[in-house]
Amino acid sequence: MTETPLLRLAGVHTHIGRYHILHGVDLAVRRGRLTMLLGRNGAGKTTTLRTIMGLWRPSAGEIVFDGAPIGGMETPDIARLGIAYVPESMGIFAQLTVRENLLLATGPAGFDKARLDEVLALFPALKQKWADSAGALSGGQKQMLAISRAIIENRRLLVVDEPTKGLAPAVIQHLIDAFLRLKSTETTILLVEQNFHMARSVGDDVAVMDDGRIVHTGSMAALAGDEALQQHLLGLSLASHQ
Amino acid sequence: MTASPALRRFNERLPYVLVPLLLLVMLPAMSFSTWLTLTVAGLAMGMMLFLMAAGLTLIFGLMQVFTFAHGAFITLGAYLAVSVVGALAGWSGAESWWLNLAVLGIALAVALLATGAAGYVFERVIIRRVYGSHLRQILITVGGLIIAEQLIVAIWGANPLPLPKPASFRGSLILGGAAIEKYRLVAAALGLVVYGALHLLLNRTRVGLLVRAGVENREMVEALGYRIRRLFIGVFVAGTALAGVGGVMWALYQELVTRSIGSEMTILIFIILVIGGLGSIGGCFTAALLVGLVTNYVGFLAPKLALGSTILLMMLVLLWRPRGLFPVGAE
Repeated sequence: MTETPLLRLAGVHTHIGRYHILHGVDLAVRRGRLTMLLGRNGAGKTTTLRTIMGLWRPSAGEIVFDGAPIGGMETPDIARLGIAYVPESMGIFAQLTVRENLLLATGPAGFDKARLDEVLALFPALKQKWADSAGALSGGQKQMLAISRAIIENRRLLVVDEPTKGLAPAVIQHLIDAFLRLKSTETTILLVEQNFHMARSVGDDVAVMDDGRIVHTGSMAALAGDEALQQHLLGLSLASHQ
Repeated sequence: MTASPALRRFNERLPYVLVPLLLLVMLPAMSFSTWLTLTVAGLAMGMMLFLMAAGLTLIFGLMQVFTFAHGAFITLGAYLAVSVVGALAGWSGAESWWLNLAVLGIALAVALLATGAAGYVFERVIIRRVYGSHLRQILITVGGLIIAEQLIVAIWGANPLPLPKPASFRGSLILGGAAIEKYRLVAAALGLVVYGALHLLLNRTRVGLLVRAGVENREMVEALGYRIRRLFIGVFVAGTALAGVGGVMWALYQELVTRSIGSEMTILIFIILVIGGLGSIGGCFTAALLVGLVTNYVGFLAPKLALGSTILLMMLVLLWRPRGLFPVGAE
């Protein structure tokens, strides 16, 4: 029997104003795996994530999370199902401290000490900046804060949009290590990424988008090993993006 | 080059020195007793302006709603003060601090509850239909302001109504050779209490944290699982309730209530919001004090400039900081 995916999109269309962005997206995110969503700029990756989160309403199609339809639900209701979202802009509250940013993502009881220690062990730099305003953090530290905020409580699915954008190679390696550690806890992750070194390092499954549609699905390892397919789907080779 | 965190913090906090700096600069320009009188008058005026403006800065900052109806809630508070003080004329006229404070307290409580309730109805009936559309917000809230003023005329009549201060708040205290109006001290104390309460609410509670986060990035607050619309209603109700409180204090200060008492304050309130930075309570407080002080100092030193002094202040602040003294949220 085929395992039911944690998240499934079937024939999802999204319009933003007059523009038809998603043209029937079919995507499955399997439990406990890290699914990469790749594609050229403007392929519709960010719109797909925003549609999953309810930030754009799908105009047609079905989005099912753990067996229940969530297409058209309000964003807070989707988040409360256990879906954490890290947008491309990171969504950090610059005027709030690091502590306050994390506190907002916890339940009414506040921090779970053990969980907080785990998260801060993943990103020790945040511990030193605990009482500083988040606006004063470096770009890499802001991304660490954004990801920490997404995992400060147990979530069923992480939806992360281009976490390495604009970051230095050393910081990217740190993020790769963090995602590998998250994977070891069997966290289900849907990750949009343009950095193919990261994609190859952390991805289990891959879906490639083009012009608002999924044009390829398979294993990340298979795509990483097939240069012709990479050229065909992405117009470049992963080997050139070390 | 990016500024170091220490330099950034220093730059962020720099506007806090403006009020003390203004007080010091003005000291040699006049006699000490005149300075003290004008300073207390300016601070009291600033506190009353803060009461009227504080709610609106949160409504603008968090909800991004351009409401021109805020003046109507100030007017409603003012007329409620007329009714309460009129109904308790015996207590108000008695030479007793306690009875007079009770009258003020009851007037404030009635205004707080009634304008808060009116704000709830206004948000549910009118504002909720125009979220995200600034032009419609402006048109519909100007319409709401006109209707509210006409309703007030229907209830209280078109003629200006006198509102004598409670007996103990009349007259002045002589302090350091200066005459300090007692009522101004009461107004300044209330403004401080409200500022302190708002500061604690915003900085020490989960709701306050959400409001501050929502001012910066509403979408992310929703993505964290919070229903921002509920927060909007709460902030709108609190904002209109504060306008009512400000209306009571301003009406007692003026001792005469007209149907345009609120709308006359609207321009000054907008100037305070722009100077302070939309959405910032600390900015609103600093800006209100600056406007109160500048109005009083310039009114004494160069009366012909008094009318334009606040606009000049706003221009100078915007030249220095185009998004106001304490900018909040995305540009």
